[in-house]
Amino acid sequence: MKTVREAFEAGEFIITGECGPPKGTDIKEMLHHAEGMVGCVHGINVTDNQSSVMRIASLPVCKMLLDLGHDPVFQITGRDRNRLAIQSDLLGAHILGIRNVLCLTGDGVQAGDHKNAKPVFDMESVQILQAVDSLNNGKDMAGNDLKGSTGLFPGAVVTPESNPIEPQLMKFEKKVGAGAKFFQTQAVYDAENFKKFMKYARQFDTKVMAGLVLLTSAGMANYMNKFVPGVTVPQNLIDRMKEAGKEKAIDTGIDIMCEFINETKDSCDGVHIMAIGKEELVPEIVKRAGLA
Amino acid sequence: MIVQETKSKELILEMLKDVKKIFLVGCGDCATVCEAGGENDLKNITEFLESEGKKVTGKIVPDTSCHIPDVKMGMKKHAKELEDADAIGVMSCGAGVQSLGTLYEEKIVYPLNNPLFLGNTERFGQHVEYCSACGECRIDQFGAICPVTRCYKGILNGPCGGVNNGMCEIGNDTPCAWVLAYERLEKQNRLDNLKEPVQSKNWAAHLRPMRHLNPSNIKKMEEKAAKRAAKEAQKGK
Ligand code: SF4
Ligand code: SF4
Repeated sequence: MKTVREAFEAGEFIITGECGPPKGTDIKEMLHHAEGMVGCVHGINVTDNQSSVMRIASLPVCKMLLDLGHDPVFQITGRDRNRLAIQSDLLGAHILGIRNVLCLTGDGVQAGDHKNAKPVFDMESVQILQAVDSLNNGKDMAGNDLKGSTGLFPGAVVTPESNPIEPQLMKFEKKVGAGAKFFQTQAVYDAENFKKFMKYARQFDTKVMAGLVLLTSAGMANYMNKFVPGVTVPQNLIDRMKEAGKEKAIDTGIDIMCEFINETKDSCDGVHIMAIGKEELVPEIVKRAGLA
Repeated sequence: MIVQETKSKELILEMLKDVKKIFLVGCGDCATVCEAGGENDLKNITEFLESEGKKVTGKIVPDTSCHIPDVKMGMKKHAKELEDADAIGVMSCGAGVQSLGTLYEEKIVYPLNNPLFLGNTERFGQHVEYCSACGECRIDQFGAICPVTRCYKGILNGPCGGVNNGMCEIGNDTPCAWVLAYERLEKQNRLDNLKEPVQSKNWAAHLRPMRHLNPSNIKKMEEKAAKRAAKEAQKGK
C-alpha cells in the first residue's frame, strides 16, 4: 500500500483511520486494532491527548504503528507545548521516520480530565504549519540554521459545518497558505453541504478528505449534536439509528457512512474514518464502501 | 481596574485560624468599586471577624493600596494599632497586599480578596476582561478586539474549530472573540487584515516580573547620571 504522501501524489482516493492511545501503559488492545487496519488504510492518525484527556503521547505510538507497517499521521496540538517543545517534537518525529503531521490548535483543557491545567497555546494550527514549513527548509522559527532539516508532510483540519462559516473559511485559506498539503475535515454527515464546501475548497491547491465518525447509536448522534461544536447529525439519520435499534445499530451506522462515501467520493480526495472504539470494523467499512 | 472579590467566609476563617488580633487594610480604588475593600466592606468583615472571636485592632482604606509611599504615609497614624495586631488582613488586589508586605516585613500579611482580572466596566457593577497587558498591543489588526485575552486560547489567526453558533467552546455565554473580530472588520471593510498569517506572539515583551519608568523619570535619571559624570570629570582634572 502507498503511503499517504505517495497516494496523494499519485492522485489516488485515500483512506486514513485513527487510533486514540489509551490512558495507561497497556497498549495491547490499541495495537491489535491497529494491526487489523494494516493494508486497508494509507495512513493512520494518532491523537494527541484528544479532548484534553491525558493519555500516552502520540509520538511514541506513531513510532509503534510505523513498526507495524503503517504510515502514521502524527497529530500535534499547541495546547500542551510551547514553541520549543513543538519544534523539538517535530524534529523527533522526523528522525523516527514519521512523515505526516496533522497540525492542530487543540481543545481547551476545560473539556478534559485535568481541568486545572495551564493551557499553553503558544502556537495554534497556522503557526504550527509555518513551523513545519520552516523546519522542512532547514531553519527553526527563530531563523537559526538546522543541522539536517525535516521532510514532513503537513496537514490540517477544517470544520465545514462551523457556524458562522466565513471566519472558518478565512482560516482554511490561511492554512493552505501556510503549507497544509491536505485536510481532514471535522465529522460531516450532510453530503450536500459537504459537496458545497468541496466546490469552494477546489479553488485551492490542497487535498481534502471527508472526516467520518461512525454512528453507533441515536444517543451518540444526539450527544454530538449537543456537545461537539461544528458537528451536525441530520434528524433523518438520527431517526434511522433509532429505528435500527440496538441489534442493527452498528450495521446502520456503517450503511450511513458508506452511503456518504459513495455520494461524495467524486468530489473529494479521500476519507478519514473515525470508528471511535470500534476500530476493528474499519476493514469491513472499507470493503462495504467499495474502497478495498 | 483590577476586578476582585472577597474570599468566602469559610476560607477567610480557615486562613486566619491562628490569628487572634488583626489590622485591616482596604483600598479606595478598584477594591472599593468591586465592593471588596471599601469602608463599608471593611466594616462588614470586622463585624464578621469579631463575631468569630477575633479582635480587629484598627483599619485603614488608603486611596490606592498599590501605591507604596501613599500607604506608608497613611499608616503613620495607625502605628499603635498595627503593633497590637499579630497580622494584617488586606482587602485589595495582590499588589496592595504586597505593599503592606514590603512595608512591614515582620508581620504576616493575609490576602482577603481574590484578584480576578484587569477589567472593563460594561455597566455599573458589571465587569469583563478585555486586556491582559501582554506588553505589545496590535489589536488594530483585529478590529480593536483582543484575541490574546478575549479568545480562550489566545490564538492569533482566526477561530478554532470550537466555535458554536458564534459562541466560544468554553461556554459561559462567552462570544467567540474571532467571530466578533471578523464581524467588526467586515463592517469596516477591512477583512483583508485577516489574510496574512500572524506570527507567534513575542512573549519576551512580557517577561515577569516587569518594571517600568515613566518617560519623565527616565529623563531625570539621565540628567542625574550626566551631572554625576560631569562631576567625576571635574574631579579627574
Ligand atoms: S494585545 Fe490584548 S492583552 Fe495585549 S495589550 Fe493589547 S489588548 Fe492588552
Ligand atoms: S471558540 Fe473562538 S474564542 Fe473560543 S477558543 Fe475558539 S477561537 Fe477562541
